[in-house]
Amino acid sequence: MSMTTTDPGVNRPSAALADDILLGWLRKMLLIREFEIRTMAAYQQAKIGGFCHIYNGQEAVVTGTFAAINDDDPIITAYRDHGHALARGMDPRHCMAEMYGRVSGCAKGKGGSMHMFDKPNWLFGGHGIVGAQTPVGAGLAFGAKYTHEVLKRGPKKVCLCFLGDGAINQGAFHEAMNLAGLFSIPVIYIIENNGYSMGTAIHRGTTMHDKLYKKAEANAIEPIEIDGMDVLNVYDKFKPYADMLREEQRPGFVDLKTYRYQGHSMSDPQKYRTKEEVGEYQDRDPINSLAHHVLSQRECLTEDEFKALQKEVKAQVKEAVAFAEADPAPDPEAELYSDVYANPQPNLSPIRDYVEGAKNPLL
Amino acid sequence: MANLTLVQAINLALTQEMEADSRVILLGEDVGKNGGVFRVTEGLQARFGADRVVDTPLAESGIMGSAIGLAMGGLRPVPEIQFEGFLGPAYDQLTNHAARYRTRSRGAVTIPMTVRVPVGGGIHAPELHSDSPEAIYAHTPGLKVVMPSTPYDAKGMLISAIRDPDPVIYFEPKRIYRAFREEVPEDEYTVPIGKAKIVEEGTDLTVISWGATVLQCIEAMDNLPEDLSIELIDMRTIYPIDVDTIVESVSKTGRCVIVHEAPRTCGFGAELATLIQEHCFLHLEAPVQRVAGFDTVMPYYKLELDYLPDAKRIAAGVMECAAY
Ligand SMILES: Cc1ncc(C[n+]2csc(CCOP(=O)(O)OP(=O)(O)O)c2C)c(N)n1
Ligand SMILES: [Mg+2]
Repeated sequence: MSMTTTDPGVNRPSAALADDILLGWLRKMLLIREFEIRTMAAYQQAKIGGFCHIYNGQEAVVTGTFAAINDDDPIITAYRDHGHALARGMDPRHCMAEMYGRVSGCAKGKGGSMHMFDKPNWLFGGHGIVGAQTPVGAGLAFGAKYTHEVLKRGPKKVCLCFLGDGAINQGAFHEAMNLAGLFSIPVIYIIENNGYSMGTAIHRGTTMHDKLYKKAEANAIEPIEIDGMDVLNVYDKFKPYADMLREEQRPGFVDLKTYRYQGHSMSDPQKYRTKEEVGEYQDRDPINSLAHHVLSQRECLTEDEFKALQKEVKAQVKEAVAFAEADPAPDPEAELYSDVYANPQPNLSPIRDYVEGAKNPLL
Repeated sequence: MANLTLVQAINLALTQEMEADSRVILLGEDVGKNGGVFRVTEGLQARFGADRVVDTPLAESGIMGSAIGLAMGGLRPVPEIQFEGFLGPAYDQLTNHAARYRTRSRGAVTIPMTVRVPVGGGIHAPELHSDSPEAIYAHTPGLKVVMPSTPYDAKGMLISAIRDPDPVIYFEPKRIYRAFREEVPEDEYTVPIGKAKIVEEGTDLTVISWGATVLQCIEAMDNLPEDLSIELIDMRTIYPIDVDTIVESVSKTGRCVIVHEAPRTCGFGAELATLIQEHCFLHLEAPVQRVAGFDTVMPYYKLELDYLPDAKRIAAGVMECAAY
């Protein structure tokens, strides 16, 4: 199996990018992978509670699409969100502390793994209710368009709204697509199509599973399909598409084919697929593909430099874990009653007044 | 008799009702091939086939609405919603439709449907996976709401729910799915909906609870003074309310503490406290106490145990009420 899909004859936007940018992508993907490996270990030691959805295998999706947009374009996603947070620039220490439920977490340890928020980086959260983010994403994009066109402030923006293949079947998504199509709202729905909704393979739960784009067309949205196992390919296909939608201020739909290496969450016996199937995708691993490209094709990285990069990322994540472990748990006196309402006032709760809690480390 | 967990008792009730009545069908996300997120429906698709144990798309409104249609058409659907928070997308179908068809059609169209939903906190999960919304549904005329706390009751009440002519929300306290085992008869039996259970008889003070907190109440009682005689009531059914059992008990003891996980304000405890003052006013020797969750969003993980009423808080509430 070939390690890259580079075809030199075709116009590839990524070919024009500086070496440093591609090396930055490699670093980002290594960081996400290493972060998830450490997360799994911490989960197994019961240091992380609740449910935990691992991003391994899907790194090229966020890396390639984020590279094609601006830093102040809003992003909203589902619960498999650690990769989105890190790729958008969240400090891994705050991300890990959130998993640990500690006070320096991005949401002060109140949201947990499924609810990563980073407002300064325009990340409007992971969402634990499947599909709930899809109309909200339309609203974010609507707001950006209104701000630009009516208030005459701010640039033309697009909102990236991520959802899984299972989430396509939520009614909310169909309402959102119709709205976006009807009002020409610049929200780009990115289906992270990893082929499974928990234990349900896509063909068992979704009509026209190999022609998902038709669902977008039915809502007057011009769709594309992208193979998401290669970050160069993601960028090359997504960049001109996103540029066009930004310019014309209209919605998009990307059937982005990817794969999750781990189970749905940390407690998944994975009876619904074979090891061979997982292996086939691991053979096309997005990190290996990009590493191969920068080492052997661009030759902008040496083997030694690659090893040093891996070492550096490992150390960074190790430090994030140490930070999370040393970070205090939220103080129940202050944090059980904070952040429920603004402007604490008497009698909102007959038990105790709501208070201002600790300051969110990311605000 | 077999020694079963709550999960096994529910599985047994489903198996037996499906054997006995071919109108009973299950539907939900991953309930078939995977046996459900909590493995409650394990083995049922293999036994009864994919026509009767249906893996649905990820779409709660669709699941609930089509279950309603199945019930209208004469079947006995038992949809599963994976967590109480996912009732959100199904809320319209459940409250605006399932609950009201009987009235709206003046009795012509009825919805004999049992909605199975894991409920409550204590498993280190975040909000939407740890909430206790029973009062919302008890406040919806047309729905019945139950929440068994033992394997024996779980089996008997599920059978009652499936045979009930009206929609029943069958909440399963997920924290105690596998917490303990109990002797459960092999034969089919029913535990009536609308009947509370006196777990322990007493004369000085009544403690009322339901779901997983019943266990916390039992634990609390172990640490209370021996000469304080407590009557512990497990509501089992939230709605319709077993007013008689409560009134009889509180008229005898004159004191009452209500314990629940849901936020205190407008929780189901508020309704019970009102009923008690309406019916037992002249017997009361202390204000009715509530030991409940706080009026805040169900917190994640590290603060979860500060939120949930535990044996210590329950004991403190009991002592305060006893000393009044
Ligand atoms: C409304 C709702 N229903 C069910 C769930 C439980 N659940 C969480 S993730 C999931 C599968 C989602 O699959 P997909 O959208 O493909 O995303 P992936 O996990 O593959 O990233 C389910 C059923 C939920 N969180 N919210
Ligand atoms: Mg999926």
